[in-house]
Amino acid sequence: MENKFNITGAEAITLALIEEGVDTVFGYPGGNNLPVYDSFYTHEKEIRHVLVRHEQGAVHAAEGYASANRRVGVCMVTSGPGATNLLTGIADAQLDSVPIVCITGQVVKPQLGYDAFQETDVVGFSMPVTKWNYQITSASEIASVMAKAFYIARSGRPGPVLLDITKDAQTQIIEKFEYKKCTKIRSYHPKLKPSETSVNEAATLLNNAQRPLMIVGHGVLLSGCQDEVKELAEKLDMPVASTLLGLSSVENDNPLFAGMVGLHGNYAANMMTNRCDVLLAVGMRFSDRVIGNPEKYATQAAVIHIEIDPSEVGKIISPAVGIVSDAKSALQKILPLIRKSSHISWLNQMREFQAKENETVINENLSKLRMGKAVRVVSEKKSGSTAVVADVGQNQMASARYFSFQPGDSIITSGGLGTMGFALPASIGAAYTKKFQNVVCIMGDGGFQMTIEELGTIMQYKLPVKILLLNNNYLGMIRQLQDLYYNSHYYFGEMQNPDFVKIVEAYGIKAEKVDNLEALEPAVKRMMDYNGAYFLEVRVEKQENIYPVIPSGKAVDEMLLTPNN
Amino acid sequence: MNRKYTLLIYTENHVGLLNRISIIFTRHKVNIESLNTSPSMEEGVHSFVITVNTSLAQAEHLRKAIEKQVEVLKAFLYEEKQVIPMEVALFKISTANLKSGNALEKLIRESSARIITVEPEFLVIEKTGTQSDIQDFLRQLSDFDVREFIQSGRVIVTRPMGKLKDYLLELEKQEEE
Repeated sequence: MENKFNITGAEAITLALIEEGVDTVFGYPGGNNLPVYDSFYTHEKEIRHVLVRHEQGAVHAAEGYASANRRVGVCMVTSGPGATNLLTGIADAQLDSVPIVCITGQVVKPQLGYDAFQETDVVGFSMPVTKWNYQITSASEIASVMAKAFYIARSGRPGPVLLDITKDAQTQIIEKFEYKKCTKIRSYHPKLKPSETSVNEAATLLNNAQRPLMIVGHGVLLSGCQDEVKELAEKLDMPVASTLLGLSSVENDNPLFAGMVGLHGNYAANMMTNRCDVLLAVGMRFSDRVIGNPEKYATQAAVIHIEIDPSEVGKIISPAVGIVSDAKSALQKILPLIRKSSHISWLNQMREFQAKENETVINENLSKLRMGKAVRVVSEKKSGSTAVVADVGQNQMASARYFSFQPGDSIITSGGLGTMGFALPASIGAAYTKKFQNVVCIMGDGGFQMTIEELGTIMQYKLPVKILLLNNNYLGMIRQLQDLYYNSHYYFGEMQNPDFVKIVEAYGIKAEKVDNLEALEPAVKRMMDYNGAYFLEVRVEKQENIYPVIPSGKAVDEMLLTPNN
Repeated sequence: MNRKYTLLIYTENHVGLLNRISIIFTRHKVNIESLNTSPSMEEGVHSFVITVNTSLAQAEHLRKAIEKQVEVLKAFLYEEKQVIPMEVALFKISTANLKSGNALEKLIRESSARIITVEPEFLVIEKTGTQSDIQDFLRQLSDFDVREFIQSGRVIVTRPMGKLKDYLLELEKQEEE
């Protein structure tokens, strides 16, 4: 970009965003960011601003945009309550490694610390949940700090960055504005080379394995190594399981796909974790929801852990070989060292486990008006690439378990923080990327009511989001936990809900309700064929529990297929 | 088993870094026993010396969480036998003590402490040593009516011979282009 002369700080912020390739900003105006809005006004063609209905919506939309696009998502809000309303989304992005830059307005510098109207110490309280944050109090800092912010958000293990910019910094005049992208920070080494020794050790283990298992996580998608994963799995004849956030990195009907690991994952994936002899974990962090009891997790296996964040290696599970590296670089180094193998009986074991889960759980769920059935019908009726934006709770597990992800599809959901209300605003962000032919937002009745106001954003911008509401008039996962661990004391799990169809119709969005199995397929078809936003409420069974489940404190291979087994 | 560990942390010299580091201890509910910050040999690089009583696993986890911060250059973890520690303490005592015999002067001499200023009303003694040297000295001073006592955070030199610059060069070599 040519240098600019005598521009305001606000103009500099806008130009910096344009230089970083930002085309969409999700935001909400307020007293302390209005100078930036005034600058946006003159750059309407370059930057699209999307007015959400609540700041939490802005940050989740930025996350949805970032996850769908593999680019940095941006949200812009004002000081005080605008800033505090971001916190949930920032924490969410931190746990799920989502690259976002959040810009908050702030009171003028002389008022900092004097309890001015809408002043709050956002830099202080966002510190534990940001990868980096900074307060800009002078316009002269804007170019270098914004360049640093975008570099930090997207490089290495991605994450949220917050910039707090005082109003006087937005209005000051910069004599000469020069923008250079940041490519290096002395104290920050985001992309380390895999060490040759560890790569060789990993290859030896894999070549000698009798029962190898690969688990892929979000890191596979972040580094874009789906092809390498597939090549390695096929070369080694190695089954591939996935974490929740890694689901769309392998086509789910691949014969080597073992399913999802974890608490409500697939039976085969969990049983094989504690039966394999070599466990190759790629871009995942062994979260408690994945591993069950850590003392009894894959103790029989030599674990190879490929992970870009050095602090994750050995944090929960001590690997036999730890490879600190970007997943793609590591797999590219390992692949040429791998000999072609075949593991027929091991794969047969997988198919037996899969058959058992089909017989005892899946087939029954698909024969009734249950969450899994509704999701499966969407999976079958959709045509073209689809982003499944799932909320949190039973609806999320049903989405993960019953949608069959194909190349081009993506799951976008709140994995680490488990943020109810994530899906509706995140689907707005995903819709803006135009990366998918369909954006399907799957929610329960609890989460829907947490960010229901974003229906207004969908209405105003005519976003073609397909909203599938799996309504059981219950906080289903809570009811399930009360059922399993609290003597079925269903205390505060049941909800008296409004007429959702009427609410959605009031926003001018096409809406319908289904309460019997026969009506499901035609309704889903109508939704998926409709040109524009569509809301489908499915009145699913009221008392459905998600099985299989790893009971609390148990090992992954102590997973229960039914309440009685 | 809980033991004393010392973290030596090199950082950029930026506003807010102390907070970013200290909240990591808060989050893990580990108490900071002592903390010292000062400029380092390298220009623009600040050092933190933090001591904690905790398990080795927890201390190593803390080290990694600290080193993960964008503006932290490097964090090292040391056991007691790997460091040579020192602390400094100041004691304010009434000058009248000097007039009532030479017991105080004798104690100061024998303890390798020194008087750094004598005012009409009070004098200030400085004692450099380990935590226990200083505590011993404070106990011995109990007969002399200590009016004020303050002790610095721990500073250390470490036994390994590596230089910060070498570690940083090493890291750069490991980076992908």
